[in-house]
Amino acid sequence: MFALISSLRSLLLLELVRGMGLTLWSMFTGRRVTVNYPYEKGVLSPRFRGEHALRRYATGEERCIACKLCEAICPAQAITIEAEPRGDGSRRTTRYDIDMTKCIYCGYCQEACPVDAIVQGPNYEFSTETRAELYYDKDKLLDNGDRWEHLIAANIAQDAAYR
Amino acid sequence: MAEIITGLTFYLFAAVTIASAVMVVGSRNAVHSVLFLILAFFTCSALFVLRGAEFVAMILVIVYVGAVAVLFLFVVMMLHVGENRLFQGVKRFGLVGVLVGLAVAAELIIVITTRAFRQDAPAAATDPAMADLNVTEALGRILYTDYFLLFQMSGLVLLVAMIGAITLTLRQRDGVKKQSIPQQIERKRDEAVALRKVESGKGIG
Amino acid sequence: MIDLFLTVVWPGLKILLTILVVIVPVILGVAYMTLAERKVIAAAQFRHGPNVVGPFGVLQPWADALKLMFKEVILPAGANKIVFFLAPMLTFALAMLAWAVMPITENFAIADINLGLLYLFAISSLGVYGIIMSGWASNSKYPFLGALRSAAQMVSYEVSMGLIIITVVITVGAGGFNLGNIVEAQRGLWFAIPHFPMFVVFFISALAETNRAPFDLPEGESELVAGYFLEYSSMQFALFFLGEYANILLMSAMTVTLFLGGYLSPVDIWFLGDVWMQPIWFVLKTSFIAFVFLWVRATVPRYRYDQLMRLGWKVFLPLSLFWVVLTSGVIVGFGL
Repeated sequence: MFALISSLRSLLLLELVRGMGLTLWSMFTGRRVTVNYPYEKGVLSPRFRGEHALRRYATGEERCIACKLCEAICPAQAITIEAEPRGDGSRRTTRYDIDMTKCIYCGYCQEACPVDAIVQGPNYEFSTETRAELYYDKDKLLDNGDRWEHLIAANIAQDAAYR
Repeated sequence: MAEIITGLTFYLFAAVTIASAVMVVGSRNAVHSVLFLILAFFTCSALFVLRGAEFVAMILVIVYVGAVAVLFLFVVMMLHVGENRLFQGVKRFGLVGVLVGLAVAAELIIVITTRAFRQDAPAAATDPAMADLNVTEALGRILYTDYFLLFQMSGLVLLVAMIGAITLTLRQRDGVKKQSIPQQIERKRDEAVALRKVESGKGIG
Repeated sequence: MIDLFLTVVWPGLKILLTILVVIVPVILGVAYMTLAERKVIAAAQFRHGPNVVGPFGVLQPWADALKLMFKEVILPAGANKIVFFLAPMLTFALAMLAWAVMPITENFAIADINLGLLYLFAISSLGVYGIIMSGWASNSKYPFLGALRSAAQMVSYEVSMGLIIITVVITVGAGGFNLGNIVEAQRGLWFAIPHFPMFVVFFISALAETNRAPFDLPEGESELVAGYFLEYSSMQFALFFLGEYANILLMSAMTVTLFLGGYLSPVDIWFLGDVWMQPIWFVLKTSFIAFVFLWVRATVPRYRYDQLMRLGWKVFLPLSLFWVVLTSGVIVGFGL
């Protein structure tokens, strides 16, 4: 009896019909579990590691002191730094390049930085049409810092308790 | 006007048929040869259509182009016949080939020009009973009346060939795990699932 | 001069116009089929689907077409140039050619030929060549494997499709190879009802014939990257894509013509049965079957290759053969 029922079930493709019914039903529920991306975005953790930025102090002085710890720790060797004493005697970078095509977004550079100068901000929409645009120089990084400072500062403040 | 166009299409297709038939032999790439063979089949069926034999034309396309030539193409592609190997034996067997070709051509000419052939073929075509039937029906009538025995025998030959091919390639091996779909379907839940209460740190044991 | 115009140019123009009347809607339908596929599968998976280009994404096909046209044409190293460029054209041309015999109303088909059904079958069996040629000419292993799989699959499922076609022809009786006659024979009862098992088998074979899910092994992403059109880009790729979707629409139209009464109205009341409504019924029914193609893709996982072959040769072939015998037995036995 069981054999009869089960072979009848497979002959009539009952399980297939049930599966088809399920997808048909789900088509008309109108339920949407994905985010309507360019108009809606997911919530980011304060530790999210996105596009790099060089930060400044509130006075407008750049934070980076050219210690080259980030350059040393970078596993992809994406960072290149050259430094010289500035007119007022302080040590500053003359060149701070990140090759974003090499970067693996591991976050070691911001961990290594003693002055919170290089950080990975919350921006992840920086695709470009040419490769050359992904070779970031100091101006671009500082500009990123200025642009995202309010979010970066908020993220760092939020995460400070765990550091 | 219409006759001119029909004539032109006939000569066009005929020219393509002959050219592609020549290319089947002449092409340096074996796969190209097969593709030209398919083109020849296809234009042949176009010629059949022009002569009003649509059924034969369609069957030619379905059977030869759609199935047989596909297998040809398979074999030739898989074998990867290079140019060197293709022309290896030309010097040694060239003469034999030409002789065989001439013999076949002579046979064809003899068959076509004999009286028997010339009289027999139109006899069926001009049969008054067949005149108002279309090609499909006429073909069916002839195959299942006059040539019934031959037709069934050729069917049997094909069946034997099929069985032969299967027995030649079928081999039974021991110890091979095979899927049996009826068995899988008939399996009950109790045979497949067992619920156990597992004490933590002990394992099922 | 006027004579030449009347006998050659004017009929030629008329034929061209008739062809355009069918082909342009088909190509538009194909374009929107791609959008419909993405929307239907998105809905089944609780996603949004394309909704940015135009309201509800209705302009997405145009954006896709534009993108594909401006891409670079790439010829792989060692590819066979002529065959490589011929293959997509062949696929597309064959997918369009088959529409010539499709009856859209009771007195309109581009070519109302006696053996329309056989013509349709012949053209769809030629579709293998576009695939094999592309796979071989690409000079790359994945396209070649994909082409082999696809060709073997299409040849296998054509067998049972042929037998189902014979069943339908037997049911129609005299003149049964003419698609118009097939549709007219269904005026009382659609063949999907007496031949329901064959309707299902035909539809599943059509899925296999067009290499659609769950039989999309030739393009199995996880094994073959993309299958036979892996090496193609730009318009060549677009032609393959259009050809594939045109084939889906063609198979839907064929299913409708053979089993769902073609252009006939399901109910013959008021104006619904009028001749001018017939193309609308035809399009509606074809769209429904095409929707089922997408619905199946959203539901069923891919078959394993040996299971595919088993289904074709050991299940469908005996079943359709049995049905041919049964049908002819019933028709002769009851003198229908």
